[in-house]
Amino acid sequence: MVRFILDGQSVEAEEGWTILETAKYYGIDIPTLCYHEGLSTYSACRICSVEIIRGGRSRLSASCSYPVQEGIEVRTNSERVRRARKILIELLLSSCPNSRTLQCLASEYGVTKIRFRAEDRGCILCGLCVRMCEEQMQAGAIGFVYRGVGREVAMPFHQRSDICRECGACLYICPVCELPCGGPLQPGQLCNACLDTVQLDPFPCRD
Amino acid sequence: MDTDLSPEIKAVEKYSGERSYLIQILHDVQKEYNYLPEKALRNIASMMEISLVDVYGVATFFTSFSLEPKGKHIVTICMGTACHVRNSPGVLDEARRFLDIEPGQTTEDILFSLETVNCLGACAMGPIVVVDGEYHGEMTPSKVKKVLERVSKEEGRG
Amino acid sequence: MARIESPATLESYRQRLMEEREGYKTVVSVCGGPGCHAQNCNEIYDMLKNAAEKNGLTGTVKIRKTGCHGFCEMGPLAVIQPAGILYKKITSEDVPAIVEKTLIKGEIIEDLLYSDPDNGKIIEKEAEVPFYAKQKRLLMSSNQMIDPTSIEDYIAHGGYRALAKALHEMEPTEIIDEVEKAGLRGRGGAGFPAASKWKSCHKAIAKDGIKYVLCNADEGDPGAYMDRSLLEGNPHQVIEGMLIGAYAIGATDGYIYVRHEYPLTVENLIVALDQAHEAGLLGKDILSSGFNFDIQVSVGGGAFVCGESTALMASIEGRIGEPRVKHIHTAEKGLFKRPTNLNNVETWANVPLIINQGTEKYAAVGTENSTGTKIFSLVGTINNTGLVEVPMGMTLREIIYDIGGGIPEGRTFKAVQTGGPSGGCIPEDLLDTPVDFDRLYDVGSMMGSGGMIVMDENTCMVDIARYFLNFLCDESCGKCVPCREGLKQMLYIIEDITEGRGTMEQLDLLRELAEVVRDTSLCGLGQTAPNPILSTIKYFEDEYREHIEEHKCRAGVCKALISFEIDPEACTGCRRCLKACPVGAISGEKKEPHLIDQDKCEKCGICYELCEFDAVIRK
Repeated sequence: MVRFILDGQSVEAEEGWTILETAKYYGIDIPTLCYHEGLSTYSACRICSVEIIRGGRSRLSASCSYPVQEGIEVRTNSERVRRARKILIELLLSSCPNSRTLQCLASEYGVTKIRFRAEDRGCILCGLCVRMCEEQMQAGAIGFVYRGVGREVAMPFHQRSDICRECGACLYICPVCELPCGGPLQPGQLCNACLDTVQLDPFPCRD
Repeated sequence: MDTDLSPEIKAVEKYSGERSYLIQILHDVQKEYNYLPEKALRNIASMMEISLVDVYGVATFFTSFSLEPKGKHIVTICMGTACHVRNSPGVLDEARRFLDIEPGQTTEDILFSLETVNCLGACAMGPIVVVDGEYHGEMTPSKVKKVLERVSKEEGRG
Repeated sequence: MARIESPATLESYRQRLMEEREGYKTVVSVCGGPGCHAQNCNEIYDMLKNAAEKNGLTGTVKIRKTGCHGFCEMGPLAVIQPAGILYKKITSEDVPAIVEKTLIKGEIIEDLLYSDPDNGKIIEKEAEVPFYAKQKRLLMSSNQMIDPTSIEDYIAHGGYRALAKALHEMEPTEIIDEVEKAGLRGRGGAGFPAASKWKSCHKAIAKDGIKYVLCNADEGDPGAYMDRSLLEGNPHQVIEGMLIGAYAIGATDGYIYVRHEYPLTVENLIVALDQAHEAGLLGKDILSSGFNFDIQVSVGGGAFVCGESTALMASIEGRIGEPRVKHIHTAEKGLFKRPTNLNNVETWANVPLIINQGTEKYAAVGTENSTGTKIFSLVGTINNTGLVEVPMGMTLREIIYDIGGGIPEGRTFKAVQTGGPSGGCIPEDLLDTPVDFDRLYDVGSMMGSGGMIVMDENTCMVDIARYFLNFLCDESCGKCVPCREGLKQMLYIIEDITEGRGTMEQLDLLRELAEVVRDTSLCGLGQTAPNPILSTIKYFEDEYREHIEEHKCRAGVCKALISFEIDPEACTGCRRCLKACPVGAISGEKKEPHLIDQDKCEKCGICYELCEFDAVIRK
């Protein structure tokens, strides 16, 4: 067993557990977007970043991939963590305004304004669909193509793939393809409908 | 080895179809065709028994690979920092205007491809423009225009 | 060549090579580095060789094409040994005179000698040229003694002696101890102690017996070419370093990951590996020590992010160069999930030196925490562009002024950029900063792999920040959100500023965003990407303010903030600008002052560049 401090409490975790897994076990909620229990860890959305204090030095790291270590101190919701998450939410919403998951996160974290240039790309490149297709459906019909700001999820040559069975697993797992948030969502706008109610019920507009 | 075999068959055989040599195989194939044709990528995926999207993903990730045929003349402009502080952006702008294409593109008549590179290691001569392997140093917007005009004229263009 | 069976055979072979070479009275080393290559050094070499043959000099004069000598500003270069005379800016027309006067009669051609711009003094010897005199060329000096395609040259020059010593006189852990005592820190960027990495990899258990050592030759920094010059000019030095490292770590296989953009490097490297194989210096039972090791070349596909260790390994595995989290160290699970140790070209090249010299002598050079030398590519607006190798701890001022000869044409220094896209811009009042890993970090920059770009008053610091951001946006793999989306938004903000739309709030937002990108990005590319922004805001905030508040770019670089006008008093109406303007924005009669139509003008600056009467004014 590994002992460390999690949000002020001394906790124990199995060797090899990640901070995210341990937090879940102890009922601490850490937001995630690209993480899914049934799929390999990808560590790309960084929304699950937490503050880790080790040897007197504090840094942010993605909790989904950080293995627990003896003696560290983890803060899952510190000021620094919230500040970083807010910016990440703002960045994601500026490229993908229609995701209900993101709009709800914005309300939860009190993001009330998007200060970045907005463009609707309809995808946050979390890669859940790509891993779903490859790891669970054993198809490998879709994948990441191009790179950097041009990166997208696509089928080869942007043509219908012979190996796609149209199983729909990619749609099922997509955090953007879900029923969109009901708010007035032009690129750059926020729903914020649940902003004032967050304290009582984190997600009143979620089914 | 049978010389009639397609470049992709030769390349895959040369590396015994091993997955880890995919990038080397794509280099070999591109050397032959001067770009990566769709058909070749499909053949490579099926010969190597890997999914096509993996091959396509690698071919689009790396800038060395082109999925479009390249022009007869390759114009490469060094955009390294040393060239940048000596006004390579002005040189690039002029080349863009003259050829009417963006970096990475090829003119419709497939005569010119415009490319940029991060450093050619010849910083003393910067800004540098390489046309078909020939280095032109200390370029300025007006000088690059002259160089391109010359090649264009030789091709009976414009 | 025959297989070299043991250290003794290596020594006797070396003796024989040296005796064979005694017949040469003169050796002409023609620089074949990338800078000279771009200026036709191949033709000069061929002509020299042919002329020497025709004149019956084959037995007494050796013409050798070598790797980079470093003084690119004066290329094409040649050094005439044993006297060490430097000829600069050689053209093909100079060849007959070089053969007749210098090679046959032993006379020196004064026109080809370097003259010191400070005092007009003509300098014969390379070692006395100020550019070289202050350097300490422990690694680079071999370049001009060696034809990179000749293992004989390397062996004659003492090559593979360190390997023989390591294999036959040292235990693996002893070598790691030596490297630790020497204080060798990785030359690729962050300066991580090489021995710590070696130790972890040495300890790591290889389940199937396979461990890797890798050489990172994916030098992607724009404006940096030191690794290329080392590997292209003296490949065996790097191979020998890797062999020693592999023996210390217990590695069985090696890869050298080279940029696709360096075809000559790949070519020379493959030749060198074949030769080392033939000589039995790679393969099985090397020098009868029982040690087996082999190296392959892996050619990259063109992606700056592949300089990052996990992305580099992904690329060698034939996958897209996408970094992954490294909580399990690559020393335990790296390439193909096996224990792996990665160092860059310059780090490996230092290893034979440490073994040959001993740690004390090695560590005597440099500072306490940064030992040895470092090679920089000193470029930008500087008089003596080239590769310089200096002891760690030399100040930036000494490098830029004493070696680099200062800023050309009397312009003033503004900043020096080190560390490439991960580094920062250092202003004039910090020029006395000694160059070592820690001090550069303290001033908001970093060593990086060794790019050193000098900027003068004509460089706009906001534009430089934009340049690096643009570069990083192109080169980000796109996997993690802060790097992909954050850098893009940072670029938008900077573009707003350089195009005159920026606000002071945006400047604050830029800082806030930069911090989050640094804190939350997945790999080193994103984590260090804000450095060029943060360092320019820190030291040159006034320039940012000018762009935002006064819509002014003092360097005259940001097109949206400048305009070109013709001074009617100075204009002679020569029509030169009118003819050259690519968009027809200039009008006027012959011998009458011309006028620029501001609506049509695209601010390419061709008129400004061409006007011989300084009549075009940039505002």
